[in-house]
Amino acid sequence: MLSDSAVNRARHWFAVLTAAATLGLILAGGLVTSHGVGMSVPDWPNTYGYNLFFFPISKWAGGIFYEHSHRLVASGVGLLTVILAIWLHGRAARPLLRWGGGLLSGAGLGLWGVMPGRWSDAVVVLAVGVAGLAASVVWSGGEPAPKWLRRLGILAVVAVIAQGVLGGLRVTQIRDELGIFHAALAQAFFCLMCAIALFTSPWWAKRRPADTAAARCLAPCYVTASCLILAQLVLGATMRHQHAGLAIPDFPLAYGKVWPDTDPAAVERYNQRRMEIVAVRPITGFQIELQMAHRLLATVVVAAVFFCAWQTFARLGRNNLWSVLTLGWAGLISLQVILGAVTIWSDKAADIATAHVFVGALSLALGSLICIVSIRTALDIMKVKAAFDAAREAPDQPPGPRISAAN
Amino acid sequence: MKNIATSIVLAALAAGLCAVQAGEITGKITLKGTAPKERDITPLKEDPTCGKLHPGPVPTTRFYVVGAAGELADVVVSLEGVSGKSKGEAAAPAVMDQKTCLYVPQILAVQTGQKITVKNSDPVMHNVHAQPATTGNKEENKVQMPNSEDLNFSFAKPEEFVKFKCDVHPWMFAWVSVFDHPYFAVSKADGTFKISDVPPGKYTLKAIHRKAGAATQEIEVKDGAPTTVTLALDAK
Repeated sequence: MLSDSAVNRARHWFAVLTAAATLGLILAGGLVTSHGVGMSVPDWPNTYGYNLFFFPISKWAGGIFYEHSHRLVASGVGLLTVILAIWLHGRAARPLLRWGGGLLSGAGLGLWGVMPGRWSDAVVVLAVGVAGLAASVVWSGGEPAPKWLRRLGILAVVAVIAQGVLGGLRVTQIRDELGIFHAALAQAFFCLMCAIALFTSPWWAKRRPADTAAARCLAPCYVTASCLILAQLVLGATMRHQHAGLAIPDFPLAYGKVWPDTDPAAVERYNQRRMEIVAVRPITGFQIELQMAHRLLATVVVAAVFFCAWQTFARLGRNNLWSVLTLGWAGLISLQVILGAVTIWSDKAADIATAHVFVGALSLALGSLICIVSIRTALDIMKVKAAFDAAREAPDQPPGPRISAAN
Repeated sequence: MKNIATSIVLAALAAGLCAVQAGEITGKITLKGTAPKERDITPLKEDPTCGKLHPGPVPTTRFYVVGAAGELADVVVSLEGVSGKSKGEAAAPAVMDQKTCLYVPQILAVQTGQKITVKNSDPVMHNVHAQPATTGNKEENKVQMPNSEDLNFSFAKPEEFVKFKCDVHPWMFAWVSVFDHPYFAVSKADGTFKISDVPPGKYTLKAIHRKAGAATQEIEVKDGAPTTVTLALDAK
């Protein structure tokens, strides 16, 4: 039998795996929009009438390959998220596994008996049920995570279900706007999974970064930069889900100008001159302005992240965890700018555009983790300061545990 | 008996009068200037299934289908200011095929309510995704397996260039213009067009091409006399 600490370490690595799988899911989703094949499978939750897991590989042609792969990876991430949420409940989850597994097994068998035509759905339900029952037998689970972390796990399950439904509705209702929410929620969900991975780590439980006083001053800076990245990603998702291809085909200028004309005559001219090889929607003035906003916000994001890195180096020196993290952050943002430019120069080549989405997600996630740690540090310092103030005001009180201001 | 015979004669005379009154507009569309170079559809060639259907050179886009003397095909020509005269539900279906992973024809024009029949002559599955933008015209996305039944679409409201696309093969797209009258045509490969059964009167004739834009001309259709129009569009 594994010790609780070993099980907790395994749980942390499982959370890291779930976060990594989520990043893979964002990559798969990016490929779908980059190739413009989001509607290549017109039904949901089935795929061309088949249960998702029984769709023949021989039919994964053209855009179906990307869309169907995205759905399969999404199912995998959903499963990992549910397992993680259960695992966060520790050994207390054993009855849930036993009863849940039993119920699902019964439901699967019942479905098979009542509706033999839906045998593939029944097999999937039965397989999940049997897996739950089997897990309940060997489950040790370790000690439960704190209540707030268990709630985060449940929130992740709710989010992953909502994300799946949003993606499905985007297909069945043929609504581009839902795609924007789907993309934005994907980024938020990835940040949540990274945060859970951080919260389950031994580092989070034990270690504290040094030079916390300086870090406290930087927390607002990190939060501002991360919020700007989030806004930029939402702008990018809005652009992608207009399905109009490149609204501006040149960079750094825009239609040969610093600021392009967006009057109806100019927009008509742009559309007439565009010789598209894939089915994209006509460009609109709004889309051109949206891309200009994306470019402008990109410069603000670069400035904000580089300011964070510069301030961190100036206050904490180069041999510091914060400095390394913010340097990596600035590196990611620089790469993101290059990828954005190459996306335009390559006429939105699918692989490049997807890499742009991928690095964007990484930038936001890293920013979010830096924010979480810096905010926690700032809160710790406030507690320490409050303890000092209380001790100074009541010198006759018996001394409690001493906390160093430097830690 | 005499009354019946008189009625038949009168009806025949009236029908004959109407037939005489209807005019015909014929014409030719040409392109001024040099058409931009069409682009290679490389994703088609790279597709493992569709690529096999094009053993020759890489197929190109077909925006400017221009003859040796500048004759321009795929221009939608129609009368403006005429509405509410659609006979679409009684009209024969307009047919669009999916051949070698391309739409044929790429430009089509129909009346409101007229059936648009989409065939699949390919050995691969397609989905036919109609993307109208006008309220009242329904966006639909239907699957079409190889050798399966034809799909049918129709639109209730007039709309210029409704896009049809295949999401499985994103380079496949076509446009269908919808009119609420029967007075329209699409120019052929030799740039010619013909609009028949036009009541006499003064009209504005509009010719619009996906990339070369639009041009209009004032015309008058006289009793039974053919009206000939020549229009030139500028290459962009």
